[in-house]
Amino acid sequence: MSIKLSHIYHTYSKATPFERLALQDVSLEIKKGEIVAIIGHTGSGKSTLVQHLNGLLQPDKGTATIDEVDISAKGTQAKNARQQVGMVFQYPEHQIFAETVFEDIAFGPRNKGFSEEEVAKQVREAMDFVGLDYDTFAQRSPFQLSGGQMRRVAIAGVVAMNPDYLVLDEPSAGLDPRSRNAVFREIMALHKSRGIAIVLVTHSMEEAVKYANRLLVINGGRVLFDGEPGLIFKEHGAELVQVGVDVPQVYKLADLLRQRGLKLPEGIKDEMALVKAIKKVKGWK
Amino acid sequence: MIKIENLKHYYTDSDGNQVKALDGVDLSIEQGEFVAIIGANGSGKSTLARHLNCLLLPTEGRVEVGGLDTMEEDNMWDIRQQVGMVFQNPDNQIVAAVVEEDVAFGPENIGVPGPEIGPRVAKALAAVGMTEYAKHAPHRLSGGQKQRVAIAGIMALEPKCIVLDEPTAMLDPQGRKEIVSTVQKLNKKKQITIVYITHYMEEALAADRVVVMEKGHIRFMGTPREVFSRVDELEALGLEAPLAAKVASELRKSGVKLPSGIITDEELAQALCQ
Amino acid sequence: MLTEITLGQYFPGNSLIHRLDPRTKILATIIYIIAIFFADTSLSYGILTAFAAGVIMISRLPWLMVLKSLKPIWIIIFFTLLIHMFTAPGEHIIWTWKFLSVTQEGLDLGLKMAVRLVLLLLFSSVLTFTTSPIVLTDGIEHLLRPFKALGVPAHELAMMMTIALRFIPTLLEETDRIMKAQTARGADFASGNLLQRMKNMLPLLVPLFISAFRRADELAVAMEARCYRGGEGRTRMHELAYGISDYTALVLVLALAVGLAVMRWGKLCGL
Repeated sequence: MSIKLSHIYHTYSKATPFERLALQDVSLEIKKGEIVAIIGHTGSGKSTLVQHLNGLLQPDKGTATIDEVDISAKGTQAKNARQQVGMVFQYPEHQIFAETVFEDIAFGPRNKGFSEEEVAKQVREAMDFVGLDYDTFAQRSPFQLSGGQMRRVAIAGVVAMNPDYLVLDEPSAGLDPRSRNAVFREIMALHKSRGIAIVLVTHSMEEAVKYANRLLVINGGRVLFDGEPGLIFKEHGAELVQVGVDVPQVYKLADLLRQRGLKLPEGIKDEMALVKAIKKVKGWK
Repeated sequence: MIKIENLKHYYTDSDGNQVKALDGVDLSIEQGEFVAIIGANGSGKSTLARHLNCLLLPTEGRVEVGGLDTMEEDNMWDIRQQVGMVFQNPDNQIVAAVVEEDVAFGPENIGVPGPEIGPRVAKALAAVGMTEYAKHAPHRLSGGQKQRVAIAGIMALEPKCIVLDEPTAMLDPQGRKEIVSTVQKLNKKKQITIVYITHYMEEALAADRVVVMEKGHIRFMGTPREVFSRVDELEALGLEAPLAAKVASELRKSGVKLPSGIITDEELAQALCQ
Repeated sequence: MLTEITLGQYFPGNSLIHRLDPRTKILATIIYIIAIFFADTSLSYGILTAFAAGVIMISRLPWLMVLKSLKPIWIIIFFTLLIHMFTAPGEHIIWTWKFLSVTQEGLDLGLKMAVRLVLLLLFSSVLTFTTSPIVLTDGIEHLLRPFKALGVPAHELAMMMTIALRFIPTLLEETDRIMKAQTARGADFASGNLLQRMKNMLPLLVPLFISAFRRADELAVAMEARCYRGGEGRTRMHELAYGISDYTALVLVLALAVGLAVMRWGKLCGL
């Protein structure tokens, strides 16, 4: 069970003055159950890359398969395969259109051909996942909700399609710290209970290192690094800065403390781990 | 420069409930100061900003800009020329399809004679480092560049103060850096008063003073060092403190003696590795 | 992809024609179009064609590109020719087949009409090729100003055009994004009958309208914050001004129109 891209090339605005090679020779596999963070500066090709994961863009060269099915093909098998990948775009609340929260979330599952009974069940579950109470919100107009709530409705609309793979493009953009954390808590809970793959496109190193168990660094339309986040930051920190990607704050702080003589262990991922490590090397209880 | 006294702003929402967006705010801002306002969504910080150039008027209380009361209708255009405003969405504040035409929009509105507009536009574009893009189409620029064009559009009005309402919320890290450094430069080199609304605490660190808002009130304010040392209070308000401050606070909680006011990595390293 | 559509057909350059005042170019185009309808002999058509060719040469636009601007309507030109050829009454039949016949007069008339259309299009496309949409808007505003007293909202019309030019690319990008988002949710914009398709467009159109209104709202606030209060008391960075070349151009095109008029009606007046 995986999404496979092999030797993908993609060019925008072919044969115009704006022609731009966005992806060159990208090969990768995303397995069910993984949490993959994709980072890279704006224009690195990461958005183009994720749009190949469910056939929204067609490669100029190379193939994309989902669970061994070629998704560029026509026909129901390919269509079903594509719909196994849920896609939450940036500012997804801008795609809401229906009169009630229920109807909007039900749009995807209905298109997927679920029975009305199944649709109702999926909508309820999806709202549960994103922390929107069904009885309070299902029959309300989505346009009267707050920005954070609208974002949740939009994410629920994708979750309700019950995908095996969920791609999220900057799901926390424009939210305040509290809502940012809440959105990620919900995504992680979903990962845990359904065992689906999460692909997270982000600018935030903090988010990447906190949530992902695999990191893809994209630069100039190619995969620059692919591996465990901690390892990449440790071994390629300088190169990351060069391609406009920053190392997480906690790594920088731990590094500084090491330089000043504290014998901190490697692989400190968050502040609590750092506090613990400092206390340990200092002999504080 | 700006004096706010007991400012209240109430409105009725679509469900018919009265919302107290601002509920008694007192704040005064000196000419040349760089003030950051932080607060969670719905804390009233944008509502406050919009009172500074007459886009909103007080339900109660007073707002005075350069000695002019915002409630006086005759003062409105003077105040808007003195206090410029940059908004969150870079796309929705650029009017013209060519960068220099857009920057000229403000001066044209206040009736600056034609031949004087060109030099003003050139000066404003230079101040934000966008001179080479004068003839470009805005929609082909990056988010950070668009916001700098928006700032140039304000600068061309030769204001005393610029209010920026979450100018970086929709930008990538590169764009955020561009905006913060541009704003700092305008503040230091041109003595423009800056009111900077954000929920990124890294950006607020650049300010002279940080104001923390919650539910229409100012909770506390002070220098970045004073404000960001109050880690627990910030977290209770749904805000973040710098990592070094958080680590220092955790260490103090478990009984470690550390000097107060640690907010940067360097300060923490010095405290821990003397 | 939608975002690849380029708006307008402005071809940047620095030729004499490019540098003319937009008002000159708009007026000259109108006068030329009127002149086209004065023409009645092969000679006058020849003069008109030569004039257009001269203007295109001075403008230094690539010939192929100018001719390509005829592409979208060549079918109309062709049918104009056919219809006149077969339907115009005439005595000199040059070709018949069953009930269809072509007369010399019909062929002449058809050719004339076709040439008129071609010239009209070529000349007005020179206007749009050599004038950026913004400058063109400016020109239209200035030309409409005298009609303000009659209630023509010249400034408002021009401001609307400016904003439209600014936001069309942005809205196209947005359409592209929403289409992709809904496609990922299984939306189908291509199949079904007309009614079905219109219903299928709702998930695209509703968010697009909401977004356009939100943008309009935010833009209005931003414009107000930048001291916009309508056209009253407004100045412009680039005030339009006529130069010697503008007067020359206008005199030339007027001479053309008068000359053609004299060629056609001069005899009647005994000239």
